[in-house]
Amino acid sequence: MRKFIIKRILLSILILVLSAFIIYALLRMLPTSYLETIAMNKSMQPGSKTYTEWMEQLSSTYGMDKGIIGGFFSWAANAVRGDFGDSWLWTVPVVEKFNSCIWLSFIMGVISFFFELIIAIPLGIIAATKQYSRTDYAITIIAIAGISLPTFFFASLLKLVFCVKLKWFDLGGLIGRNYDHLDSFHQFLDKAHHLVLPIIVLVVLSIGGLMRYTRTNMLEVLNSDYIRTARAKGLSEKNVIYNHAFRNTLIPIVTIVGGSLPGLFSGALITETLFSISGIGFVSYQSMKAGDIPFSMFYMVFLAVLTLAGNLIADILYAVVDPRVRIS
Amino acid sequence: MDNENNKNVQTEEYSLNDDRRVKTLSPGAMVTKRFLRNKVAVTGLIILAFMFIFSFIGGAISPYREDEVFYRTDIQSKLFASVAENTEFRFIINENGEGFSPINQAAFTLAVIEGRDSFEKGGDSFTIVDEGDEIYAIFKDGVADPVAVATYDIVSSATGNEKLPFEMQYLILKTVGSDESQFEYQGKTYKVDEEGNVQLGNDVVAYASRYSIQALMPDIFLSQQFKNELLESIENGDKDFYFTENGETAEYTIEYDAPTKSYKIKQGMDTVVFDSFSAPSKEHLLGTDRNGMDMLTRLMYGGRVSLYIGFIVVAIETVLGVIMGGISGYFGGWVDNLIMRIVDVFYCIPSMPLIIILGAAMDEMRVDPQIRMIYLMLILGFLGWPGIARMIRGLILSLREQEFMTATEATGLSVKRRIFRHLIPNVIPQLIVTMTMSLGSTILMEATLSFLGLGVKFPFASWGNIISDVNDTYVLTNYWFIWIPAGFCLLLTVLAFNLVGDGLRDAFDPRMKR
Repeated sequence: MRKFIIKRILLSILILVLSAFIIYALLRMLPTSYLETIAMNKSMQPGSKTYTEWMEQLSSTYGMDKGIIGGFFSWAANAVRGDFGDSWLWTVPVVEKFNSCIWLSFIMGVISFFFELIIAIPLGIIAATKQYSRTDYAITIIAIAGISLPTFFFASLLKLVFCVKLKWFDLGGLIGRNYDHLDSFHQFLDKAHHLVLPIIVLVVLSIGGLMRYTRTNMLEVLNSDYIRTARAKGLSEKNVIYNHAFRNTLIPIVTIVGGSLPGLFSGALITETLFSISGIGFVSYQSMKAGDIPFSMFYMVFLAVLTLAGNLIADILYAVVDPRVRIS
Repeated sequence: MDNENNKNVQTEEYSLNDDRRVKTLSPGAMVTKRFLRNKVAVTGLIILAFMFIFSFIGGAISPYREDEVFYRTDIQSKLFASVAENTEFRFIINENGEGFSPINQAAFTLAVIEGRDSFEKGGDSFTIVDEGDEIYAIFKDGVADPVAVATYDIVSSATGNEKLPFEMQYLILKTVGSDESQFEYQGKTYKVDEEGNVQLGNDVVAYASRYSIQALMPDIFLSQQFKNELLESIENGDKDFYFTENGETAEYTIEYDAPTKSYKIKQGMDTVVFDSFSAPSKEHLLGTDRNGMDMLTRLMYGGRVSLYIGFIVVAIETVLGVIMGGISGYFGGWVDNLIMRIVDVFYCIPSMPLIIILGAAMDEMRVDPQIRMIYLMLILGFLGWPGIARMIRGLILSLREQEFMTATEATGLSVKRRIFRHLIPNVIPQLIVTMTMSLGSTILMEATLSFLGLGVKFPFASWGNIISDVNDTYVLTNYWFIWIPAGFCLLLTVLAFNLVGDGLRDAFDPRMKR
């Protein structure tokens, strides 16, 4: 077991290094005219560094003067020490800006994840146990509709109905106009009030996938021999489903859920942009649009790390939860 | 009754052992039958058919082009004239004299404020003569004619925009100031009335007024009567002003502009503008968008673009994925390992940020919109093949162990025949399902990118493109016909693809109930 984990971790590190290299190479291959234009625009703003200084910073952090491989190593040497350079757009060190907005995204991710789990899994199980009934059809269609909804359309619809027509919520932002006048408890409530719509959007869009996955797995389990044996033994249907079928369904679900835990940090780009919430998704989107190479590089490597961590966790959990995998 | 008899006769003809008694269908027919039994999937298929007809045939039928701009005439309020009251001294300088520099003007103003009647500046001394009514003539010592006249009133010609000679202006002002009623100039007698109108005979040739009324539109001449009536309206505090000339009445609005302390006279004029955001009507069934283009046509062309992009991207993905997954699954060993590591690396790289960065770079480099679409398709296709490769590899790995593959090897079929006639047809069902689902998610991805402004660009329409107008809250609230139809089209198309994919999956699955 331990050997398995260590092997996987080493493999993941190798993949991470390769992905970081590819990302770095791609960013290096952006036409120099593009980088120079950005640096030129930056240097023309009042009180900023000169053009040569911007390009120097870029060169020193990213080794633009060396070849791609040499440059990658010089960037990696800095990155491992935690120095990702200064963000061009936000003019503070990349790590500092990152710290200031990551927790908001994480909280939003956690809350929506929690709701997603308590809504999708029970509904998926109900759909499987009542296959081909009306409930099943309804739940399946809701799930597929959830996957098919474009984020921006749904968010705009919600904005139209709840913010403009009903006036229950503000159109965007994290805090209201009176934020400074409120005491800390009401400040907390104010923020929560503003997060309601974004979290609804996030939840509705993600329950679809999980619901159908649960349903498929549950169906497979329900058709298996041991469930038939349990029924033949005369156990009550409730016992059969909640004690036996459910546990076996949980195996793939737990691995998926565990695998998506790191994804909670990644932030939902579109939702945050539409609701003007300064989480990591929105901030990174602005940076990428503005051609902020240090921040973009950091964010992409960060996402790569998250994906690999998610895969690793999923594999480990799979081995933990399913004894059959451990033995093979 | 007859039919039944016929059927009975037929089945009775076959002996009980005969295979022809059992109705069998080919696999394809079987799948079709099961698919059609699934009502949800059939709904998806119908929606899909409708979308295709709407996008492709509708686009051809529509009388408008995708980027055809419509115009309408709007009444726009344009600045016509401005009226300002003079609160500073105006200096009318004698052309025949030496001129009166601004430094001297300042010294004069100071002298008037202090109540003196003479002042010195620059080595010259000047005398001030008060002509009455705050009109001052400035004489330089030793020169008979005044070197300038300072006044709050402005003398203008009533017949045109030309400047009147200094002497005439001076005489007019003197007459106004001294409350006389006439003066003589160049042998003609001019009458001056209280309002400052100067008449020669029966015609008004000039007038002096404390208000300067300027025309702000080119080629407009404001007659004296216009100015008089305008001044009256302003003094009455009217907001609207009507002026009849040559039998035509024109309407103007009067607005006070605080920063410049003047009145702005505006006239509504017919201007041709883009027919933007016009409501649904008979010509434009869904109205027009921000640039005056017909919404329904744009929807149709947008559907075309979205569907094209979806199909081409999925085609690229599938071809690449099948080849790589096939090689990896079939040959195994180090080839398999290598390709799977490559797939892992690709999975690791976040696709959305990558596309955003490339889109922003293309923005900066001002790539042509058509070429952008091609690049977009290539990039999306290239980022999508790992998923398909992984799935194909898994399928082939499990298929390879099955008995029919051992049988093909045992019968000595060539590798090519084994792969193409036996392995691949078993991969196709799952592949079709994956392709259909991929189509749905590719269309969504392209719409999201276009919404962010990084995908299909103006003037090409795409559903995401159309919805991006919604970022402006005014459009969001008032012009629902712009974005809600596009959003629904998108939703319905992706939904239909997903339903069909789901139905196909159920139809292909041998374990589902028959």
